[in-house]
Amino acid sequence: MTSLTRLGLRSLSRMAANPQLDKLNLRKPTEKVLYQGTKVGFKTVTAANRAFKAVKNLGAPQRLPKSGGGGDLFDLKPSDDQAALQEAARTFAMEQLRPAASASDAAYAAPEALLAQCAELGFTALGIPESLGGMGAERSAITNALIAEAMAEGDMGLAFAALAPSAVSTGLVLWGDADQQARYLADFAGEKPPAAALAVQEPVALFDPYVLQTRAMRVGNGFVLHGLKSMVPLAKTAELFVVAAHLEGAGPALFLVESSSKGLSVEEDRSMGLRAAGCARLRLESVSVPANNLLGEAKPAVYNECIQLGRLAWCGMAVGCAKSVLDYLIPYVNEREAFGEPISHRQSVAFAISNMAIELGGMRLLTWRAASLVDADLPSDEAVTLARRLCADKGMQIGNDGVQLLGGHGFVKEHPVERWYRDLRAVGVMEGGLLL
Amino acid sequence: MINLDIPRKFKPLVRQAHETAAEVLRPISRKYDLAEHERPVELDMLAAVIDGMNEGNSEVGGTGATGVRRDASDKSQGNRNGTNLSTALAIMELCWGDVGMLLSMPRQGLGNSAIASVANDEQLKRFKGRWAAMAITEPGCGSDSAAIRTTARLDGDHYVLNGEKIYVTSGDRADLVVVWATLDKSLGRAAIKSFVVEKGTPGFELVRLEHKLGIRASDTAAFLLKDCRVPKANLLGDPEVNPEKSFAGVMQTFDNTRPLVAAMAVGLTRACIEEMGCILKGCGIEVDYCKPVHRQPAAVADYIRMQADYEAARLLTMQAAWMADNARPNSLEASLAKAKAGRTCVDVALKCVELAGSIGYTETALLEKWSRDAKILDIFEGTQQIQLLIIARRLLGKSSAELK
Repeated sequence: MTSLTRLGLRSLSRMAANPQLDKLNLRKPTEKVLYQGTKVGFKTVTAANRAFKAVKNLGAPQRLPKSGGGGDLFDLKPSDDQAALQEAARTFAMEQLRPAASASDAAYAAPEALLAQCAELGFTALGIPESLGGMGAERSAITNALIAEAMAEGDMGLAFAALAPSAVSTGLVLWGDADQQARYLADFAGEKPPAAALAVQEPVALFDPYVLQTRAMRVGNGFVLHGLKSMVPLAKTAELFVVAAHLEGAGPALFLVESSSKGLSVEEDRSMGLRAAGCARLRLESVSVPANNLLGEAKPAVYNECIQLGRLAWCGMAVGCAKSVLDYLIPYVNEREAFGEPISHRQSVAFAISNMAIELGGMRLLTWRAASLVDADLPSDEAVTLARRLCADKGMQIGNDGVQLLGGHGFVKEHPVERWYRDLRAVGVMEGGLLL
Repeated sequence: MINLDIPRKFKPLVRQAHETAAEVLRPISRKYDLAEHERPVELDMLAAVIDGMNEGNSEVGGTGATGVRRDASDKSQGNRNGTNLSTALAIMELCWGDVGMLLSMPRQGLGNSAIASVANDEQLKRFKGRWAAMAITEPGCGSDSAAIRTTARLDGDHYVLNGEKIYVTSGDRADLVVVWATLDKSLGRAAIKSFVVEKGTPGFELVRLEHKLGIRASDTAAFLLKDCRVPKANLLGDPEVNPEKSFAGVMQTFDNTRPLVAAMAVGLTRACIEEMGCILKGCGIEVDYCKPVHRQPAAVADYIRMQADYEAARLLTMQAAWMADNARPNSLEASLAKAKAGRTCVDVALKCVELAGSIGYTETALLEKWSRDAKILDIFEGTQQIQLLIIARRLLGKSSAELK
């Protein structure tokens, strides 16, 4: 057994100790991971475009019921199920993502075996209804926020790579029609879910996701797409894209584009951070897609939900990454000595730590607040925007102070903090890529 | 299960407090800002209503300073929303109205919180219904409350108090003053105790009322204690000098009251933001929460940043109060909330004045007053810097000797 499999065993046995998992039907995938890990070790997954195997059309789209509001009382304690999931994700992130982070950052790619293992953990399947082969019983943005935070605490770039396909499957669950769900979701719920990406961003300064340069035109019985998307994760390996494009006469809309489509190409455009996700540009030159590849009927509410859930996901990521900065800095400033005593004995250093804790606390609460409004089906645009503002500003401040407190050591790759500095800059930049 | 809404059962209280703030406090806000040291008599009737609210429901504590008492017998399983949270929520509303008025609310002084936190049952009964102020600061010590020089010497059935106290909120109007004094300066902070001093006690002399930057509706008194004899039974808490925990006992009051002061700052911040929202609307500027801020006017970007900081302060405050209700140690969270709320209210109030221009800077509107009132909230109950020290010491595991 490989050491990574062994590490997985440890984290998953912690998960297994929780009786709530049976209710969530998590025991089966857990056992499956162990089986897979033992059987195939780290056999690489082929990146070739698969023929998505359509399953029986169920006649009506399958949606997960929203988990609803959190009841009548103010409460900051996750449910037992949520706590177990978060703990499992965090253990996995710290034991498997963190050690692979530096090499993945340098390689501008995530190890395929590691991504396969992430897929096996079942976070994607957790968002897919059982009737479509998944394991999901309900939809909870709070649960997803907890998972995003936990994964990003290991490494934000690898977490992006691991969670990017879920953005596509979650989009299909939220807005797909019965035909679209039957066509694609079986694969996402299956043993080898495809790499996939939600492409919203464009290489435009002052980018506004509601004003897209990428165009879609109705031609015959379908659409033709033109344009250039940027910061598309897993661009080289993804088999399915959801592309945001301005539909002539309608407005911004989402289109399902298989990676084998003619006219689609990937252009290298390396980013300063999130490098494990292998982001690149996706060029669409007269890409034809059939009429039933329009996701969510070009409804403005669908597109808005997509943008807002994407922003919220980046808040979850920011919280996890900022937490890793604080946790890394506390022992460092206590151990590092200058002028005969630990630098933490200086207020200028100690107060920077205090400010990290204050702002991190606020970032997490604002993220949860917005997510709980989403779960309760209440208006959440304002709450999402406030969370994004705080996470973008304060997350970057935490990354900046993190490097500063390490001084020259913060500037070199011997410590991970310079990577987190690069990753945290993405929070105020990214649109799409993830969905909470 | 995670839920960050205001609890349903507290909504009537919040609404009541808000109406009180809008209908009673706001209309007289400017009047008592201009008439410093005049007692806001309008509050007397209001205080009676608040007493009634506190009596009526033990769980939905009103705006009461006494809501901070932690009931040791209540170790109920599961999630609790109690008086710490309800009090914080009510204070947010009342301070949306006027911070100085809230501080002048009869029988709701910081001394009442101290009594509620550490008094024994006999004292609770004896001081019930009395208005109690708190006297900690001295001319030579502010944040460094362990360095106080007022002395208390046991003489028969009395303690004899000598010293000077300043910055006593409601010191003029209160019936009682909780005075901090040391039993033995050489024993340091462990020897610091708090004593309830009745107004009118011989040797307890009010020397002056301060003229202040803001919260002018609230009186701030200075006292001289000259051989002031206080009954032995008026010492709050344990009379023994126990180096292990005595000072911690005194300081525990702050774990309970810091979230409430944070709540004051949250209320004032919201007043500013709401006013600013109306002013922006009047200028024809609508905030679009979907469009990126860098595609909107700079004033909108400022406004959204202020709102984000406000939300962080508000939720950190609710978190600290919620932890107190659930008997979880909240010293760290109380300081997170106080630090964030204190600096946010000052930053927001000053930014709003700037954005509103002369409308914000003159006495036509209340923004200029709020920006003066705000400053005290980042100072009393532990300055910004003291909160940062508390947080850092706790996170870094440092003593006050190591991290000074």
